[in-house]
Amino acid sequence: MINAIGRDIPEELLVNGKRVYQGKNALDGTYVQRVAPQTRRAERPVESKICTNIREACERCGAHDGMTVSFHHAFRNGDYTASMVMKILVEEMGLKDITIAATSLGDAHDLIAEYIEQGKVIGIQTSGIRGRVGETVSSGKLKSPAILRSHGGRPRAIQAGEVHIDIAFLAAASSDECGNASGMGGKSNCGSLGYAIGDSQAADHVVIITDTLVNFPNIPSSIACEDVDAVCVVDAIGDPAKIASKELRFTQDPRELMMAEAVADVIAATPYFVDGFSFQTGAGGPSLAANHFIEAHMRERGIHMGFALGGITGAVCSLQQKGLIDKLVDVQSFDLTAIKDLGENPNHVEISASQYANPANKGAYVNKLDFVVLGALEVDTDFNVNVVTGSDGILRGAPGGHPDTAAASKCSIVVTPLTRGRMPTVCEHVVTVTTPGDCVDVLVTEYGIAVNPRRSDIAKCLDESGIKHVDIEELKNRAYELVGRPDDLEWEDQVVAMVEARDGSLLDIVRKIKPLVL
Amino acid sequence: MQSSIEVAAMAGTLESSDAQVTVEPGTKGIELSIDSSVMNQYGRQIKACALETLERLGIQNGKVTVVDRGALDCTLKARIEAAVLRSEGVSESNIDWGGAIR
Amino acid sequence: MIPRPKPERFRLRRTMMFMNAQKPSLIKDAYIYGADTIMLDLEDAVAENQKDAARFSLYHALTTIDYGDTEVLVRINGLDTPHWKEDIRVAVAGGADGIRISKCESADDVKSVEKQILAAEREFGVEEGRTLIMAALESAKGVVNAYEICCASDRMFGIALAGGDFRKDMHVKVTDTGIDIMVARGLILLAARAAGVQCFDTNFADFKNMEGFEREVRQNRKMGFDGKSIINPRQIPLVNELFSPTKDDITYAEHLIRSYAEQFARGVGVYTVDGKMVDIAFIKEARNTLKYAKKCGKYSGDLDQVGGEF
Repeated sequence: MINAIGRDIPEELLVNGKRVYQGKNALDGTYVQRVAPQTRRAERPVESKICTNIREACERCGAHDGMTVSFHHAFRNGDYTASMVMKILVEEMGLKDITIAATSLGDAHDLIAEYIEQGKVIGIQTSGIRGRVGETVSSGKLKSPAILRSHGGRPRAIQAGEVHIDIAFLAAASSDECGNASGMGGKSNCGSLGYAIGDSQAADHVVIITDTLVNFPNIPSSIACEDVDAVCVVDAIGDPAKIASKELRFTQDPRELMMAEAVADVIAATPYFVDGFSFQTGAGGPSLAANHFIEAHMRERGIHMGFALGGITGAVCSLQQKGLIDKLVDVQSFDLTAIKDLGENPNHVEISASQYANPANKGAYVNKLDFVVLGALEVDTDFNVNVVTGSDGILRGAPGGHPDTAAASKCSIVVTPLTRGRMPTVCEHVVTVTTPGDCVDVLVTEYGIAVNPRRSDIAKCLDESGIKHVDIEELKNRAYELVGRPDDLEWEDQVVAMVEARDGSLLDIVRKIKPLVL
Repeated sequence: MQSSIEVAAMAGTLESSDAQVTVEPGTKGIELSIDSSVMNQYGRQIKACALETLERLGIQNGKVTVVDRGALDCTLKARIEAAVLRSEGVSESNIDWGGAIR
Repeated sequence: MIPRPKPERFRLRRTMMFMNAQKPSLIKDAYIYGADTIMLDLEDAVAENQKDAARFSLYHALTTIDYGDTEVLVRINGLDTPHWKEDIRVAVAGGADGIRISKCESADDVKSVEKQILAAEREFGVEEGRTLIMAALESAKGVVNAYEICCASDRMFGIALAGGDFRKDMHVKVTDTGIDIMVARGLILLAARAAGVQCFDTNFADFKNMEGFEREVRQNRKMGFDGKSIINPRQIPLVNELFSPTKDDITYAEHLIRSYAEQFARGVGVYTVDGKMVDIAFIKEARNTLKYAKKCGKYSGDLDQVGGEF
């Protein structure tokens, strides 16, 4: 069945109430009944929930074949937990048919690729899918299609009962013996535990894994002891060097700086750029550098930012220290400066993924967002964005908060170089849609700016400010002129992944790539 | 110009956006093998460009190996031409710019 | 082949960015960095045993890439190498706008190159006289012979100091103040001005040191250089900016020219503007400023046309 953005979704996936994407805000105003976890009473006082090892915690939580487990990605590429736990479940306990419902998977999770190949892991639900896991899923070795959700779509699905988590294994920088757990106060801090909070409240069983045990009560904490079944203390929950760099440096690449400056000019030209505006950037080159140029515009106009949302970086913290931002609303702390700031600054506050971007609650923070600056692997002439498959058809990205922020913000800007090596970024049709075109307002490349025809109001603002913009077709043609028009990819029939829109409907699918043999 | 590769020669590097081309003697026409980081998207175009360049150089027999790291057509041509002319020992001077090299 | 506009002998050349012809990923849209001129290098950027391969890359880079309004020059190998003649053949055949002679030391060097260029233009059906020449002075002898080099050909549009090799020849090291090459700078500026050609300063190698770079660029401008060699794209915006007239420069120039128009009508030749004495020389200079500002894209009026009669 063809959905609202022209993608064909196979009928066999439209079961159990699954529908195709109908357009932005299609389910607005409708009601949803939330489900609740099954909870084991601890009526008789228990002094400590500490287990001797992770295995004991797994047994205590009734780990079994066919269960669904969850992990969070606040420790990014330095995460040890997911691999550690999976090794014990699969190799030590001999469990199989496991579904992993992680918030994101990346380069730290190559071991999981092994287990997929062995058929021990039969389901993957995640935002990010990269490295070996991405390649393995792309090659069709996972028993059922992987489900890719945005950061807002995942809590929606969990709350609606579409995903049932048996055991959530949540890594924490520090914890007490009853499970009050935090992203600070340990050997490897991650700052905000925004992606872990929801799971601690929704899973049937919750295991905290930490390398720093502190005295009870470890409060204030992100995760509450009332939700925790077991606590495990290990030698190391992660590699600090890979969790966070000291401070994400912003790029010196002149091309990226050019784009960042153009992004700031576009922002300043819109009517939303007024005192108290709100803003979110990513951590990529031009995205992060945009902060610097926006600061200049803010000073020129004498305005300040009401709040900065999302992944918080040291650059954003220093803007706040300069008095230019009121509040920092943090679902993920990207560098050590931000992590430290979260612990010390009362105006820098942690929120959960659901509070951040869930479309099925009474109003997530993205609903109040004025501007978001995002990256993209590909953008097509309908402004659909692909952040999950490379142009070779292999899974190597993550929707993240992209679809949520793009959908809800007043002005969403995608910034990307026109080509990356021999890959055209702007193309005729993206390989996979992860953010639909009706949510993307402006595209900035080093070759020019294109405004979505749906936003003639923004085009008018740019004209009034003397900012040149072109038809996106021109950018696509330029890209193809530079690197040649790529051939269409060829696919086998097998569906290896499904991309869910933030409201749970099906946006697109990814099939197994048929490699070209000359 | 010769029609068969008689001496092995190489040009190019494995750096991103470059291609490394090796030519060796062969008797069964042109035996072209391509390994590319963008095979799915540009494999056919790389093959066409390589064959066209070899034809313009008058090569009918030889083993040609292309290890491509996302090179544009202009780079592929340059590397193939350099490898073939090196093989013939005539790559340093009096090149037919605008003729066989185009 | 993408047709290129006919090379202009005295165009805007504030920034000359050196690029390696064998790195097409960087060249394919080099114009985006905003340099006035791109220098495709066959000399120092290319290893001795890769000179042949580099020419093939150069030829295709010249003929398939669209450079827009950016000028494209080729730096050939020195006349003491076996490479320079073929370098000229490929540059001319590929349609380059001009040739940069490395290690130029005398008018004879220029004439030798010119002879080869003419032969190549004839061989490849390129309009005779189209290909321009600039000379890089990299030794004491070259600097001392600067004036004769500047006058050696109608194709000559300018000379540049090549600091790295020059310093070796002079047995000096880079200094913060520039005293190591100050005299050379002065000499080549005088020679270029006297001969009516452009003059370019050497590159600033430590591209991470933006403060030192800015100091040098400001000094270059004050001394009268027309442009500078660039080795990293992030150096470009600063040079383009500092080598362009400022808003104040432009406003003042307009002011002078308007005042001239009034005074001329009354038959007055010397007068004061804002308390400063002004005569015809100032007006000519003001007009040049506006013409230059126009080339830099900073002025779109027509006061640069006023007073054509002097």
